[in-house]
Amino acid sequence: MSPWLETMRRETLLVMRKKSDVLNPLVFYLLVISLFPLGVGPAPETLARIAPGVIWVAILLSVMLSLERLFRDDYRDGSLEQMLLSPHAGAGLVLAKIASHWLMICVPMLVLSPLAALLMGVSLKALVAMMLSLLVATPALSMIGAVGAALTVGVGRSGVLLSLLILPLFIPVLIFATAAIDAAAMSLPYLGQLALLAAFSVAAITLAPFAVIAALKIGVQ
Amino acid sequence: MFKWLHPYAKSENLYRLSGKFLFWFGWLGFIGATVGTIWGLAFTPADYQQGDSFRIIYLHVPTAMMSMSGYLGMAIAAFIGTVWQQRHADMTVIAIAPVGAVYTFLALFTGAVWGKPTWGTYWVWDARLTSELILLFLYLGVIALYYAYEDRRSGARAAAILAMVGVINVPIIHYSVVWWNSLHQGATVTVFEKPKMDTSMLWPLLINIVAFGLLLGAFTLMRLRNDLLMKEGHRPWVKQVLEGKS
Repeated sequence: MSPWLETMRRETLLVMRKKSDVLNPLVFYLLVISLFPLGVGPAPETLARIAPGVIWVAILLSVMLSLERLFRDDYRDGSLEQMLLSPHAGAGLVLAKIASHWLMICVPMLVLSPLAALLMGVSLKALVAMMLSLLVATPALSMIGAVGAALTVGVGRSGVLLSLLILPLFIPVLIFATAAIDAAAMSLPYLGQLALLAAFSVAAITLAPFAVIAALKIGVQ
Repeated sequence: MFKWLHPYAKSENLYRLSGKFLFWFGWLGFIGATVGTIWGLAFTPADYQQGDSFRIIYLHVPTAMMSMSGYLGMAIAAFIGTVWQQRHADMTVIAIAPVGAVYTFLALFTGAVWGKPTWGTYWVWDARLTSELILLFLYLGVIALYYAYEDRRSGARAAAILAMVGVINVPIIHYSVVWWNSLHQGATVTVFEKPKMDTSMLWPLLINIVAFGLLLGAFTLMRLRNDLLMKEGHRPWVKQVLEGKS
């Protein structure tokens, strides 16, 4: 089996043995969303207007929370060091790790998002735009987030620091995603914004693994 | 090709060189900023539409431009530090970061003060203002990451990587007024076109832009020199310097 697939298999296995790593961000995601109707009041028209943005922000936050585990356990038990020393070390291995993070953290949230959006009364047009923007942009979130996680791997108790590093970098993605959803709600074309989000993702997938490796090497020193 | 640069990898030589630069940057920047600011605030004609409130342009535009240039400079230093493993370049990243953060804060603050009489509000969540705010957070992130590491060397290298990743925000800020229809006006001064303001108002602005850039350099050099002295405190040349020989 190629080291790429082997890494993904290992990641999946680890998550299956410790399901809370995946379930906790998911529960957190639903909790954040359910806080908003309580916070701003249950008026359907208000909720329908803010819902896509709320869902986006909830996803940003729960992705960020889930990132800490990406390299932490491997760093603690030394397997991260072995990975970096192995002959297969490189962008591919890191990419496999982040890809499995995306598959196991972001995809379940994507699956739950239409449900959350329907509960908050989002129109179908905005819903489609929201789902497309999430689908296109969440890889960028995982990639950028992985850079932050790698930078803080050598730092104890990195939670708040991680958010300070990553959230500013998430903001451009959020701006374009909400622009796409707004355009869709007004029945305007939004392919341009989607294309920009896709460009973010492609750029992040291409460049972030190198930054992650450089950061991990500092961390394991 | 770059052989002439190699002696400056030695802290002692870098300290001496930066001392020379600091002298010129500091004095020229100080004189320029004084002249430009007094000229701008007191001796330029008032704007026909905004009256006297436009005068804050002489602080707002230079700080905003230099906050971005500072980030760019920081990212270039980070690139040099990461690619060629120059540890002084990593130190420069940390030297620039707080100075740039202060410039960014000043740009946001003067912008808010200017926004009140002109737009009727201190703050709007529009593209340029938001991305300038992100820039401030990026600077703070670089500083926070540096101090999070116990080993300063690793901290500087990690901060350098973050600075390079964050550089994507600089073109977003720069072109935000072009890409998005925002409340913030377009660029008044560009390199290639005829400036959209009268020369009597333009000169103090140009002087201040250059002067604030020089001051940014001067503050950075002061921090870098301080850092060099702290890191190499055990070396004989530091003792010589501190005893007042150079």
